Amino acid sequence: MNAESRNNLVKQGAIWVFILFELAFFSIAGEFLSVSEKAFMDFDNMLLLLKQSAPIGIIALGMTIIMINGNIDLSVGATYAFSAIVLLDSMTWPIFQGLGDWVIPVSWMLALLTGTVLGAINGLIVWKTGVDAFIVTLGSMLGYRGLVFMYNGEQPTSHLNWTLVDFAEAQFLGLHTATWFLFVAALALWLLMTRTVHGRNAYAIGNNREAAVNAGIRVGPHFLINFMLIGFLAALSAVVFYSESGSVNPNDGMLYELWAITAVVLGGTKLAGGYGSIISTIGGVIAIQLLRKGLGHIGADTETVNLVIGLILIAVLFLDRQLNRKGKEELKI
Amino acid sequence: MTDTLPALRLENIVKTFPGVRALDGVSFTVMPGEVHALMGENGAGKSTLMKVLGGIYQPDEGRIYMERQPTVMASPMEAKAKGVVFIHQELSLADELSVAENIFLGELPRKSFGRVDWEKLFSETDRILKTLNVSFDARKRVGDLSIANQQMVEIARALTVDPRAVIFDEPTASLTDAEKVVLFDVIADLRSRGVGIIYISHRMEEIFKITDRISVLRDGQYRGTLQTAATNEDEVTQLMIGRSLDLSRNDQHAELGDVALEVRGLSCGSLYRDVSFKVHRGEVVGFYGLVGAGRTEIVETVFGLRAPSSGQILLDGQEVRINSPVDAIRLGISLVPEDRKGQGLVLGMNCRDNMTLPQVDDLKAGPFVSDGAEVAIFDLYRDRLDIRTPGWRQLVGNLSGGNQQKIVIGKWLSMHPNVLIVDEPTRGIDVGSKSEIHNLIRGLAQQGYAVIVVSSEMPEVLHVSDRIVAMYHGRIMREFTSEEVTEDGLVQAISGISGDKVA
Repeated sequence: MNAESRNNLVKQGAIWVFILFELAFFSIAGEFLSVSEKAFMDFDNMLLLLKQSAPIGIIALGMTIIMINGNIDLSVGATYAFSAIVLLDSMTWPIFQGLGDWVIPVSWMLALLTGTVLGAINGLIVWKTGVDAFIVTLGSMLGYRGLVFMYNGEQPTSHLNWTLVDFAEAQFLGLHTATWFLFVAALALWLLMTRTVHGRNAYAIGNNREAAVNAGIRVGPHFLINFMLIGFLAALSAVVFYSESGSVNPNDGMLYELWAITAVVLGGTKLAGGYGSIISTIGGVIAIQLLRKGLGHIGADTETVNLVIGLILIAVLFLDRQLNRKGKEELKI
Repeated sequence: MTDTLPALRLENIVKTFPGVRALDGVSFTVMPGEVHALMGENGAGKSTLMKVLGGIYQPDEGRIYMERQPTVMASPMEAKAKGVVFIHQELSLADELSVAENIFLGELPRKSFGRVDWEKLFSETDRILKTLNVSFDARKRVGDLSIANQQMVEIARALTVDPRAVIFDEPTASLTDAEKVVLFDVIADLRSRGVGIIYISHRMEEIFKITDRISVLRDGQYRGTLQTAATNEDEVTQLMIGRSLDLSRNDQHAELGDVALEVRGLSCGSLYRDVSFKVHRGEVVGFYGLVGAGRTEIVETVFGLRAPSSGQILLDGQEVRINSPVDAIRLGISLVPEDRKGQGLVLGMNCRDNMTLPQVDDLKAGPFVSDGAEVAIFDLYRDRLDIRTPGWRQLVGNLSGGNQQKIVIGKWLSMHPNVLIVDEPTRGIDVGSKSEIHNLIRGLAQQGYAVIVVSSEMPEVLHVSDRIVAMYHGRIMREFTSEEVTEDGLVQAISGISGDKVA
């Protein structure tokens, strides 16, 4: 093994070492501080943890490819909420009345289509205007959230379909439906980023856009595809979550974009683009969920949890920067 | 002059970078009240030497003395505090701030509670601007000034300290003749106040107009100092060119094939005008000229990175439209760009992926990229170009400059181009790899490729080219065949002296 792959292994392994550390810490601390009788490392507890990771996790997968490509998407939370409304509301539309339970796949398709279209709008604007993705999606974040409120005002949109709830609560080979969605999406995106031309070009564009253009790569279409993918994944996340809950508030999904970015960055993907991995993002997502659950397990409240996650994020990035400084000759800017 | 102390003395400065000995024991002295030209080809070590002086680099060996005091320039700030000021070729001003704020950037005069003392700031600025004899106001936004006036702001910045030595790096590159006169007045004024001035330029006529002495560097070594009044352009050119690696004239010519690329009357705004040339299969055409002469801009146009304002491009006799690199690559035109790391390579990717980047789309097996096909291409060109790397997984950023350049060349060769354009083939590459790249380019011509080489290094152009196109200020001054070309003739053509004079 040469220095290169060893170095890579260390980088990609860091998040999993951190997860092991969390597990050990909360198991031991739980013995003394826990309010419940159950051990933290309980098997069902871990399965539940994976399930709870799924909504942010699926969005974070999309954020990973967007960030590898050198962009960012702040509108995913609003896209998530809007797709959820389309999902639940469309099941009550009169035109679908005769479908019975066949309305489920139809509504799913509609919701996923909504997400993909919203993503495509972002992608087209970024491609055609050349405006920075941060600004474009900051605008669409506000705009899409506006659509959410226009739909039903401040009222929640609700519809429970028991077939759907049964499906969402099912466990297959031990894993919950939501977990399966997370893992299948991760596998698909991992293949996309590591094995296909699109993935290769996305890395190249994020790493050195000018060199990519000089190699004859069309930058715009890759941007568009990635924004459509993240829109689709935000909708998929909504489909997974609201199939079970059956009610969406107009404020749902707020700050999801930031939680997704947090998970991606914890996983080691660079904000500047060109470097990152889908697998490590899964690690980042699990690490955050573990922190939330673990701190809750030892009796901390939500505010404390957020404070600790924030501190850890900064500490991790500081460490990363120290480890990656290219010697003392680097400019101190 | 013998009894005055030198304003500044650099002694036996050595600076090495991985694979390159950029400065090899260079000594250099500036007296107070003299204008001292520093000359040498690109890559000779001028800018490295100045960066050592300016505190940007620390020398590996050697010392800096100011009036016999050994001095360490730990940072650019410290150098400035000691009176060594840099006027950079590229301006580093904050466009949105006023002239006064720019001049005192980082050292604004203060009142209590950290408030800015605006009155003092503007009066100080007015005082400095007066000595420079400029027409603009201290309150003006810098972004609204002309380039020449912005440069004056840079110079004014130098005058906030009591300067002992001021370094001008290619100050006239973007100035008109009238603006140059103003600049030279300022330099004369500084000189009369006893400031030592280091003047870096390629332009002979300026050097002979305003300098007192000329020091020459070549390949990181000090080659001598001449009294300007007692020398001539030929002597300086001799010192600059010299020979240390095999850069004999190219005398093997491959058999010429058909015209692969023809350019007719191509213009692009003010960058270059009415450019026409032909490149045959089996020949290397060298484009030679000073930085800013328009060479790079022409090849960028042919590669689709710039839109020409008029003119035609013909491939194999057929007029083509090239709107983007995608079009150019489809038509078989390849460009090895000037800035290898910025434009040619994806440094965070491995060697193989970089080499196959333009053609991964053609290497698919089903939906996925075929590993085997990629590795096969990499292995083939690694052997053919003798690329030294531990394996294809190596990040390209970790290779030496020469091997990086071979990756870029291999990337295009593997696509079997009709026309291969190489911009600055050996910039930042050590001497050994230089001749390898040169041989490689010659070899390509023998195999029947049509090759364009753009270079600012005369020995390189002479060594690899069958024909040389000399450019000056966006125009082709003259074309030379390798039999008729002389160094004097080339230097004169690219300095705009006379295109027709046969030397």
